[in-house]
Amino acid sequence: MTDAASDPRGMARVLRAPATWALVALAALLVAGAVGSPGFLSVEMRDGRLYGTPIDILNHGSKVAIVAIGMTLVIATRGVDLSVGAVVAIASAIVATLVSQKGVAWPIAMAGALGAALLAGLWNGSLVTFLRLQPIVATLVLMVAGRGIAQLITDGQIVTVRDPAVAFLGNASLLLLPATVSALAVISALAWLGTRRTAFGLFLEAVGENERAARLSGIPVRPVLLVAYAACGLCAGVAGLIDCAYIRAADANNAGQLLELDAILAVVLGGTALTGGRFSLLGSVIGAMLMQTLTKVLYVFDVSADIAPAPKAAIVLAVCLLQSPTFRAACSRHLESARARLRPGTEARP
Amino acid sequence: MKLRPRDLPLLVAAIVLVTAFAAGALRYDHFASVAVVRNLLVDNAFLGVAAVGATFVILSGGIDLSVGAVMAFTGVVVAALVERGGVHPGIAIAIALALGAAFGLLQGAIIRGFALPAFLVTLAGMFLARGMAFAVEPQSRPIRHPFVATTLNESATIALPLGETSTTIPLTVSIGAVTFVVAWFVLRQTPFGRRVYAIGDDLQGATVLGLPVAATTIAVYAISGFLSALAGVVFVLYQQAGDPTACKGLELDAIAAVVIGGTLLRGGVGSVVGTLIGVLIYGLIQTIITFEGTLSSWWTRIVVGALILAFVAAQRGLERVGRRLADA
Repeated sequence: MTDAASDPRGMARVLRAPATWALVALAALLVAGAVGSPGFLSVEMRDGRLYGTPIDILNHGSKVAIVAIGMTLVIATRGVDLSVGAVVAIASAIVATLVSQKGVAWPIAMAGALGAALLAGLWNGSLVTFLRLQPIVATLVLMVAGRGIAQLITDGQIVTVRDPAVAFLGNASLLLLPATVSALAVISALAWLGTRRTAFGLFLEAVGENERAARLSGIPVRPVLLVAYAACGLCAGVAGLIDCAYIRAADANNAGQLLELDAILAVVLGGTALTGGRFSLLGSVIGAMLMQTLTKVLYVFDVSADIAPAPKAAIVLAVCLLQSPTFRAACSRHLESARARLRPGTEARP
Repeated sequence: MKLRPRDLPLLVAAIVLVTAFAAGALRYDHFASVAVVRNLLVDNAFLGVAAVGATFVILSGGIDLSVGAVMAFTGVVVAALVERGGVHPGIAIAIALALGAAFGLLQGAIIRGFALPAFLVTLAGMFLARGMAFAVEPQSRPIRHPFVATTLNESATIALPLGETSTTIPLTVSIGAVTFVVAWFVLRQTPFGRRVYAIGDDLQGATVLGLPVAATTIAVYAISGFLSALAGVVFVLYQQAGDPTACKGLELDAIAAVVIGGTLLRGGVGSVVGTLIGVLIYGLIQTIITFEGTLSSWWTRIVVGALILAFVAAQRGLERVGRRLADA
């Protein structure tokens, strides 16, 4: 293995690696946070559980990260799922209504919510595979209708949940870390095993790279697409359970609002292109944590939560530009000409 | 006139609109009245203007998610300039429109210049505009300037003498109507309009033909930004306030109306007439649900979702039939 810093080609490869810029931005934000508030990076142990801002970030970033993992699989197939926010609302509405109003036991209620989320994903996948709708239109249907369905389930009310088992995911801790982080770890591991230890990951990338070529080479394109959308629905369902657990209630009107956009941003920041093909699950998790860290750092610098989207947009654009080949080519041209001007007599390297 | 297969979605949308209105008129008293139609137009004028902008972008094969946020931003800019800065509303509106167009231009330039997906850039634009709206005005600010309340909202209405049912057309509806007519003219009768269709239909082909692809793309986003700002101004006239939380998610309503109107999200096929019908269907569903009384507001979402599905599925079917006819 060559030392990346001494070998310009290795360095270039690191710079081109999908998640590099998200990691750089994450590190920069953590430093900024530590400068703005000295206790920003400290973690302490209390009551058999870790506390501190980094743990907070992990805890609150987990929901978006879980959705982003499902979204990564869909985006890898050159698709997109706009309905995840609505599916979160449906799942949380189902679990809350079943437990609080129908008196159903929590394992059945949770299974019901996840089952509905899985169905939602299969529905999206069917529209994409069998009706051959564009993913953005196919999932727009459930995005628009899904929140209405969730409101139908809760009858437009906010349904509160007192069952401690349902609230567990949002507030309890497992192995020193908040339970949501454990859920994220389990889902990441499953997704990684499913895509990197089987051929499924390659199938996803092949379908996203060139669907026709994938079909001609014998890849079962339709099942691959169905599984990707179903997995995305299921991840949104888990996020719905977490959302319900956090606030100990189902708020069909606001649960998962704009979550689809956060998740897509997390995926893109993590280096998976919207044009499909190669994907990075780790990158998406880093992307989600980057967004959450940004939120925290903006709090540290006293930026109001309402204005926060503006600096977020600026950073997102910056990371996207750094990942854009066109922008990089333009930058390196400028760098080369600057270098040539600084050292007259030496030729600019090709 | 010969009916082409691609006109069918438009025809179906028109039939749905007429049927829904007829059903409403048969089912409810006072439904088929001038007042109901007037309210339908007044309540959806801002959506109509925004949907025209979305039509341009979607026809060109792109998407603009920043519409609702830009509307809110321009709204609070007008409110802040008029109520805090003492600027005349006419000038404030002109500044807001220019800002909207500039915002769209910038988005278009980034999309085209750095080959970034429109979805992402306009998503960032949405966050940026929403954040800036809150930075300008943290809360809703009412506009009390007499020019807005009296001149624009009262004097600029057009009286419509219809005997007993005489009514007035407020300025907001007139702005919406003019927007649709101008957009129809630009898209159908100018070389620029044909270029919008061309790059949406086949970007590579348009490039090879030597069309000014970059300039057209950037112009389309500038138009969308301008029309978002205009929709924001219409919303300000409608509400007489600038509200930073206004119009959240309105871009999706606009896209839904465009899709229902028979425009393909893939680009190159569709019309602004379809968008008008789509917006009216959207508004009519809400009117019917209000008239029904027992139905809750969330049925609007479910019905709109079902309609989108029905329309895109029908379009798919038509395309297949068309291809089979072409092959035969």
